[in-house]
Amino acid sequence: MSLDRSVIGREFPAVSLLITRSRLQNFAKATGQHDPVYLDPDAAKQAGHRDLPVPPTFVFGIELEAPNPFAFLEDLDVDLRTVLHGEQQFDYHRMAYAGDELTAASRITDIYEKKGGLLEFIVRETTVTNQDGARVAVMRGVTVVQNRPGKDAS
Amino acid sequence: MTVFTPEVGAGVQPLRIDPISRTTLALFAGASGDHNPIHIDLDVAKSAGLDDVFAHGMLSMAYLGRLLTDLVPQQQLRSYKVRFASITPVHGQPTCTGTVTSIDEVGGERLATVELKVALADGTVTLLGDAVIALD
Repeated sequence: MSLDRSVIGREFPAVSLLITRSRLQNFAKATGQHDPVYLDPDAAKQAGHRDLPVPPTFVFGIELEAPNPFAFLEDLDVDLRTVLHGEQQFDYHRMAYAGDELTAASRITDIYEKKGGLLEFIVRETTVTNQDGARVAVMRGVTVVQNRPGKDAS
Repeated sequence: MTVFTPEVGAGVQPLRIDPISRTTLALFAGASGDHNPIHIDLDVAKSAGLDDVFAHGMLSMAYLGRLLTDLVPQQQLRSYKVRFASITPVHGQPTCTGTVTSIDEVGGERLATVELKVALADGTVTLLGDAVIALD
């Protein structure tokens, strides 16, 4: 099958997340982080931060707070089980901290294929801003769709 | 914190991770917000023709992020990117490594580029990437 190229340029509704200390502490625990700067607000402040810092890859998850974060794949008739994360990039503009409300806004910037269409790639660019509208990070992610040979041949 | 004084060609302190448990995958699903069941539900993994669940790529990217924030305060990180080369099976044991490949002066900032890699105990490379770090 071939993904509908007309979705290139499509923008997604922005998603906001109030960053809590407990969520960041859970993220630290899940990733084996022992550095007290990411666990203890006092240690963070001693290191010059105003609260627990949002770690480098955490903002990837903001859009996953949407009611159905994988809806755009379903709209494209993609089976979530066939999907792999291909690439991920972050460009950092400023730090974010517990207590901030971050907003992620994405659009699909490209779709291309390899191996005669067996692999299709969806490129998505996301801008993350804080409650003041200041840019925190820009992300670029590539999702790989693995199509089975002969499936949905049309 | 030790001051990062990079030299081109020098490796950075590797970060060795314990084998990834199912508990870690469940905790990461909750904390990261990625609830894709392929990482936490064996029934779904089998229905996709897999023998078992596999780890979120973003979990390994978070481990590499730890390597970077062990090296320098996070506010010095300018960019960070990876390509996911192979999946990480549950119980996989990643090791994160980095090598300084260049130091450039850009717009009045000295920037170090660190090439990054995550590999499993059997040598399988799972992530390749790089980060750009401001030095002063």
